[in-house]
Amino acid sequence: MECSTRQEGKFMIVTLAGEVDLHYSPEARKQILAQLNNNYHVLVDLSGVEYIDSSGIASLVEGFQLARSKQLEFGLVGVSEAARQVLELARLDKVFQIKPTIAEFIDH
Amino acid sequence: MSQTLIKKKFKAHTFQLKQLRDWVRESAGKAGLADDRIEQVVIGVNEACMNIIEHAYHKTSGDIIFEVIQEPGKIIFQLTDFAEAVDSSCIKSRELDDIRPGGLGVHFIHEVMDKVEYLSGKDGKGNTIKMIITLT
Repeated sequence: MECSTRQEGKFMIVTLAGEVDLHYSPEARKQILAQLNNNYHVLVDLSGVEYIDSSGIASLVEGFQLARSKQLEFGLVGVSEAARQVLELARLDKVFQIKPTIAEFIDH
Repeated sequence: MSQTLIKKKFKAHTFQLKQLRDWVRESAGKAGLADDRIEQVVIGVNEACMNIIEHAYHKTSGDIIFEVIQEPGKIIFQLTDFAEAVDSSCIKSRELDDIRPGGLGVHFIHEVMDKVEYLSGKDGKGNTIKMIITLT
């Protein structure tokens, strides 16, 4: 898994790529929660995700909940087919804010 | 007549999950499953293995055996551990409306597999999960 962060406008973009499984999801969780704890609005870019398991999904849910408790924005961008399949299995595809591009969050 | 398509023994550690997923893809392809079905099976077997690492071995060391057995009309994806026997009545998913981290693995397994069976070892040691795909 690759995990990187960059800022675009008011958002901190956390980009996850490759295989987000139980071996790597603690790193994804750490990055997502760190940005929220620094009071950034967070978008997680999943366009390069080839595989994500329930532990990776749990990291996103934890981010979603922390953002809500801190009244910060949290969304998913460019969700890959592999990630969408798992979000749908978890019935979370209607829970998260999901948009194809970062621009659509920024322009909103 | 049954045929074992693959049998592998590996350490119960998260770094093995990628290798396990590759074995699942290889054996499910050999069994003739379609690509989208293979990816569903990969999700189920990966989650079952995560549960063994986290909840059977509690992230301590141990061995897992992965087998894929083709029988007339079905394919069995099977994981066996040698940890303390787990009470299968305690293996439950969370309610999906209860949005919180975790508790999704068992739901994923049951969602992608046609049938799931849990077996315990005779002397209180060991567990086997059989995840069955029915061939139509």
